[in-house]
Amino acid sequence: MDFSFSQEQEELRREARGFLETNADAPLAALRELGWLGVSVPEEHGGGGLSFVEEAILFEEAGRALYAGPFLTTAVVLPALPEVDEHAWSVELDGFVPSLDSVDRVLTERMQVVAAEGETLPSTDETRPLGRLRAAEDGDLLDGSFEPVRLRLLAGLALEAVGVAQRALELGVEYVSQREQFGKKIGTYQAVSHPLADTYVETELARSLAYWAAWSVAEEDERAPLAVASAKAQAAETAVAACERAIQVHGGIGFTWEHPLHRYYKRAQWLDAFGGHAASHRRVVAAALLD
Amino acid sequence: MDLRDTAEEAAFRAELRAWIEANLGDEIRHGRFEEAGREWSRKLFEAGYAGLTWPKEYGGAGAPYSHQAIFLEEMARAEAPSHLGVIGLGMAGPTIIAHGTEAQKERHLRKILSTEEIWCQGFSEPDAGSDLSAVRTSARLEGDRFVVNGQKVWSSFAHIADWCILVTRSDPESQRHAGLTYLLVDMHAPGVDVRPLRQITGEAEFNEIFFGDVEVPVENVVGEIGGGWAVAMTTLLHERGTLGFALTAALESQLQKLVALARERGATEVQRDAIAREWIGLQAVRYTNYRALTTLMKTGIPGPEGSGAKLWWSEANQRATKLALELLGPEATLLHGNGYWQHQQLRSRGNTIEAGTSEILRNIIAERVLGLPRSR
Repeated sequence: MDFSFSQEQEELRREARGFLETNADAPLAALRELGWLGVSVPEEHGGGGLSFVEEAILFEEAGRALYAGPFLTTAVVLPALPEVDEHAWSVELDGFVPSLDSVDRVLTERMQVVAAEGETLPSTDETRPLGRLRAAEDGDLLDGSFEPVRLRLLAGLALEAVGVAQRALELGVEYVSQREQFGKKIGTYQAVSHPLADTYVETELARSLAYWAAWSVAEEDERAPLAVASAKAQAAETAVAACERAIQVHGGIGFTWEHPLHRYYKRAQWLDAFGGHAASHRRVVAAALLD
Repeated sequence: MDLRDTAEEAAFRAELRAWIEANLGDEIRHGRFEEAGREWSRKLFEAGYAGLTWPKEYGGAGAPYSHQAIFLEEMARAEAPSHLGVIGLGMAGPTIIAHGTEAQKERHLRKILSTEEIWCQGFSEPDAGSDLSAVRTSARLEGDRFVVNGQKVWSSFAHIADWCILVTRSDPESQRHAGLTYLLVDMHAPGVDVRPLRQITGEAEFNEIFFGDVEVPVENVVGEIGGGWAVAMTTLLHERGTLGFALTAALESQLQKLVALARERGATEVQRDAIAREWIGLQAVRYTNYRALTTLMKTGIPGPEGSGAKLWWSEANQRATKLALELLGPEATLLHGNGYWQHQQLRSRGNTIEAGTSEILRNIIAERVLGLPRSR
């Protein structure tokens, strides 16, 4: 048993973090140039020949940086194509398409490939608005089932959520280590520090589930659906709670538009809602245990 | 990253599982803990499963930590009783290995492994709980021996123990972390008085220990006279360090029983959601332990990932046992069968207090992991 990343994988994480810290709004093409698209696709199909574990690292870092582009959806579709292509992709899930206005193709749950035409709806998370496709036109059908795409997508959402939770925790820790009231750093007060300790514990737990899900998807393990459901449920709730606690310990400033926390909070809520709220995934787990 | 057992780990697991199958009968599984536990502990020793991670030169198996993790998982899976010598194996032994004299190692280690001698821990006092540095039990040096007076509390196994790891104040003028001395005390010495503490469950798992002019030879000091704090920290590091897998294994077995109860009695949608939540949490803490274990095996130092395991486990066990009572409906307070869930639920209230209260553990995470300013 070895539950750690290799040196190469850690290097990839450092590279991703470094790039995204200053380029959170880089176009998808810039990520393609870095070789981040099709990472897990075999080389003979135009991919990077690595595994979903490497992709998982990128999703987590994209979440941490609140990367704005349609990276996740493109990355999870590419392995379903016969050959890696140059399009920006999204997926339609439960009738909604994330980032419809910034992609050119959409894969539906029926494995139809359609043009990204339709209406973008006003959304709280402005960097990742949901859209609806124009009345169904018949597109080409891809071979294979949507299930592997769905598993990659949900695992990816869980990994992004871990990145969001981690960043919210860091922002909270930074702030309470500097802000003083009653003559002391407010992080000294246990009413302030203990919620952050809870966020730390929950984030590490969610991270473990998300890595378990990533490994299970990469290995096509038979427990992958259970691992993915568990990770999506736990990580999204963890991200939401992490942001809420971070906002609380920031006091008034955390409630302003000017502070970045609200964007993390809205992304966390987006991650919880898209692909099903936590309770819907726990229903899957309960059925596996009890029925 | 590979979450499967290596070939070597799989072989160890298979061999262990076969051994448990052949050696764990119902008379041990359901017997009275003290007799059955002694028998079980002796068998584990004879088969070489006691002190798995202890160095070979001290009679251990010198096995990697992964074997200890597999051992705990398989013991929980088989619902085996816990080892009677947990304090000796997990705390006293490692402390003696780290800080003890050759004579102490020679005298004690083998008898700890074989459970010929049982150990207890004399740390907490009525006025020194979370704040261990407030201990007042005194050790007065008179020639070649210390004379010990005072009171310890919350001591598991003290009523059957042969030896005690005792934190004392040897310098009456000293304060807090200075002036403490760590002693190995013979529980059969004149002046040692053990009184069971009846707890919320009705049973007496813990004891008070009273020391009245108890004489302890000076060669029973571990580490330096006055340097007991550092030695005590080694003990606590071992208490918390190897705890994660044991706790996860215990929770796994608890949730297996909870799922069986829910299948038998039926569960509402809300209860099903709660059971799924606990199962997901169990997987989360299990894989977090694996991450911490990998860090430990690669660097020799436990990673910070695992620091929340006990905190999280204690609250999860409280939720799970309460959920079981809810599944029992109006029968929740009836002691039918052996009153398993009623006992477990009441016992779980101690989980957030023993081995570091949840408040202390949150402080430790806030200050040592997150680097927040100290609250004290």
